[in-house]
Order: sequence, then C-alpha cells, then structure tokens
Amino acid sequence: MKKLCWKILLLPLFIYFIFFSYSLASETETSAEIISATQWFNPQRINVFIILIVFFAFVLYFIQKAKKGGSLFVRRIAGLDAIEDAVGRATEMGKPILYISGIEDMDNLQTVASMIILGNVAEMVAAYDVPLLVPVCLPFVVTVAEEAVKQGYAKAGRPEAYNRDNVRYLTSEQFAYAAGVNGIMLREKPAANFMFGSFYAESLLMAETGLSTGAIQVAGTANIHQLPFFVVACDFTLIGEELFAASAYLSREPKLLGSLKASDLAKFLIMVMLVLGVLLETFGITKFTSWFFVQ
Amino acid sequence: MGTEEIIWNGVAAFLVLCIYTFLYKDTPLYKFAEHLVVGVSAGYFAVILYYNGFVPKLITPLKQGQWVYIIPAILGMMMWTRFSKKWSWLSRFSLAFYIGSGTGFAIPLYMQNYVLRQFSSSMLPMGFSSWALFCNILIIIGVLSALVYFFFSKEHTGIFGGTAKIGIWTLMIGFGAGFGLTVMGRISLLAERVVFLREYLLELKYYLYLLFKYGLPL
Repeated sequence: MKKLCWKILLLPLFIYFIFFSYSLASETETSAEIISATQWFNPQRINVFIILIVFFAFVLYFIQKAKKGGSLFVRRIAGLDAIEDAVGRATEMGKPILYISGIEDMDNLQTVASMIILGNVAEMVAAYDVPLLVPVCLPFVVTVAEEAVKQGYAKAGRPEAYNRDNVRYLTSEQFAYAAGVNGIMLREKPAANFMFGSFYAESLLMAETGLSTGAIQVAGTANIHQLPFFVVACDFTLIGEELFAASAYLSREPKLLGSLKASDLAKFLIMVMLVLGVLLETFGITKFTSWFFVQ
Repeated sequence: MGTEEIIWNGVAAFLVLCIYTFLYKDTPLYKFAEHLVVGVSAGYFAVILYYNGFVPKLITPLKQGQWVYIIPAILGMMMWTRFSKKWSWLSRFSLAFYIGSGTGFAIPLYMQNYVLRQFSSSMLPMGFSSWALFCNILIIIGVLSALVYFFFSKEHTGIFGGTAKIGIWTLMIGFGAGFGLTVMGRISLLAERVVFLREYLLELKYYLYLLFKYGLPL
C-alpha cells in the first residue's frame, strides 16, 4: 500500500520530466555535422598578414641598404650618452656596474634588446676593467647573458677579463628577485645601475633602492605601466621604442639599423593613414577603419 | 586560530617585519629574510618546473608514444653542454631555436595587439559639436605628436622638435596618471599587510589569554 502511494506521488513528476525534456529537445534544431580541423591560416587576420608583409619588405630593403654601406642616420638618444658617462664614473670610483635585464624570458623582444645592449655595455666595461654584475631572473636568460658578456669582452680584446661568476642566477620568483637585487645594490654599492628589459611591479622597488645608494641609473622598458617609476627614480629613461633603438644605435648592426629605419617608415605611414582614417570617420565613412580592426 | 596557524602566521608576520626593517637600513634581519625568500623560491621554482613542465610536456607524451617530443628533449639536453668548454657551442642551437621561435610568435602578436588594435581605436571622428568629438581631437593630436617623438631618423629640431615636445608632454601626462594609479594600488597592498599584522597580534593576544588562563592551547 505504501509503495503504491509512492508510485502515485512520483508518477506525475516522472511524466512532467518526460514532457519537459521533450519540449527542450523540440526547441533546438539539429545542426549539420561539424568536424573541427587545424587551420594554417586565419582569414579573419588577413590585415595583420598584409601589414606584416609590407613591414618586412621595408625591413629587408633597409637591411640591404645598411649592408651596402648606405648612410642610415639615427639621432642621438640622451640615455645612451649617459651609459658611457656612467661607465666612466664607475671606473673613477672603482665600483662595479649592475646590469638588470628584467624578469621576462628570451621569447620577449625586450629581453632580446636588453641582451644586445648588455653585449655593448660589456664591451665598454671591458676596456676599463670594472666588474660588471648581471643578476638574472630566469635560467635561460643566464646562458644568453653569459654569451653576451663573453662576446663583449672578446670584442674589446680582453676575453681573459671575463668573470663567469658575475653573471648570476638569483631566482625566478618576481619579488624574491627584487629582494636579491636590492641586496646586491646595498652591499656591492654599484656606481651605475642599468635596467633594460621587461619589468613589472618590481621596477620601483629596484629603482628606488638604486636611487638611495646614489648610483647613476639608466633604465629602459616598453612596459608602459612601469615607465613612470623609472622616469621618477632614474637619471635617464629610455621610453618604449627607444629601448629597441638603443640596441640598434649601440651595436650599429645593419640588421638592427635596418629594422629601426623600417619602423620609422612604418610610423610615417601609420600617421598618414591615421589622418586619412580620422577624416573618413568624420565624414561617416567607416570601411577604411574597419579594415584595420582585429577580431 | 589554532596553535599551528598561530605559529605559521607568526613566521609570516616576523618575515614581514624583517623586510620592513629595510626602510631603516640593510639590517641582518632583512638579509635573513632576503636570503630565505630567494633560496626558497629558487628551490620551489625547480620543483614547479619539474611537475608543470618536465612531467606533462615530456614524460607523459613520451609514455603515450608521441616521439616527436624527443626533439625538444634533445634541445634541452644540449643546454647541459655548457658545462663543457669543448662542447658548449652545441647549446647555441637550443638558444637560437628558442629565441627565434619566441620572436617569431611575438612579432605578429605585437603587431596585432600593440599596433593594429590601437591604430583602429585611434581613428575617431572629430569635430566641435560635442565634448566627446572635441576630446577626439586632443587624442589624435596626442597620438600623432607622440609618434613624432619616436622618430629616430630625424633630429628633434624646428617644427618637428616642437611637435616631439608636445608628444613627450602627452606621454608624461599619461605617466603621471599611471603613477598615481599604481601608487594607490601599492598603498592598498601596504594597508593589507598592516591589517594582517594587526589581526595577527589580536589573535595572538587572545590565544595567549586562553593559554595562560585555562592552560588550553586551541
């Protein structure tokens, strides 16, 4: 009797669920069979592709021009003069130079630029016999930094002055690395601190400590949110693209100079197109702008 | 808060205070905390790398018969040749592969995110009929003059130099706003640490009260 009562009670619920699920199923339509597949090309990003092709054409043209010995003028950047002054000051004071390459790995373009600058700084430093300390955040960067410093010393004709222990791995944890660098700044008291690369929240911690030790500080990053801290706490700051320009300017490598020139031409074209786009938008023509929109 | 929490939070509070001694000078307490955090994090990173990188990205695929993963394994092992003066040149292949592929991936993404998105967002209609349209004029002047500042093929002299000066002023205004915003964020971090220390002291006081009055650790 009890079982029967339960069945009577549960039957309407059961019927309701059957109908409810049926009504849900009836609301949706069965689509055609879809099979996902890997695609080599995303047609929605055709604009990125075309612009890259044009940009690389500029780069190749200017590289060829630089290789042939064509004159490629690049204006002086104030921060770069300061690097030489800082190296000279460290020599006079007999104190080391600290080079910090940021906290990103070698797949970051800023770290790549930083390593090129490191090679040039090492070349300058080698001539004066000043210790160059390079505390590094990531293991892979250590190997590249070692190569850069080693080549810098070799270029200066003093490979024997290269001390492998001065390129040190600290830790890969952001704030632990900042604490370690701060410790080096306070104990080794470098005469000059160079900070080039990709920095995040640790930027002010390091720049402020460097300022308190009285070192000349030259910094450069393309991370917009960290630039204000470098501007405030450092003597010279390379803003954004100046970091990439610095690596080209110091090395005078045709490949880097070529890409710098290409980026200048690209900027000019961007400005022209921007003015054109603004005028068209003002007159209600939006097709031009929408072509540049990236989904 | 139990005994275990009191002890571990006590360690955390002690280390926070050790780091704050840096505001006075480079004290032995700061040195202790610094070396501890650097050492612990380096060791921790090695373990993380093993479990998040080595095992799922090499061991597991190889066990599943995906032999293509042998290639990155060989490239990784070539990095170890740096310990040998004779064979260290082999590590350059791994470095070249990593930097090349990293840069290759990065360039289209940079073009997409840092150039095209901002470029299309800057193409704004302008005019004087509304405040929004007038602001667009300011945005466009700011963008164009900032771009002029980043021209390296020409000296910043004459009209070009004047435009570049407007560009650097625009950048500095932006940096000022960014600085203020981040400082506010840092102040909130400081407030969070102060609250942590205050709450810990209150909990510790209560814990000691119970311990001495009733002799019962929680």
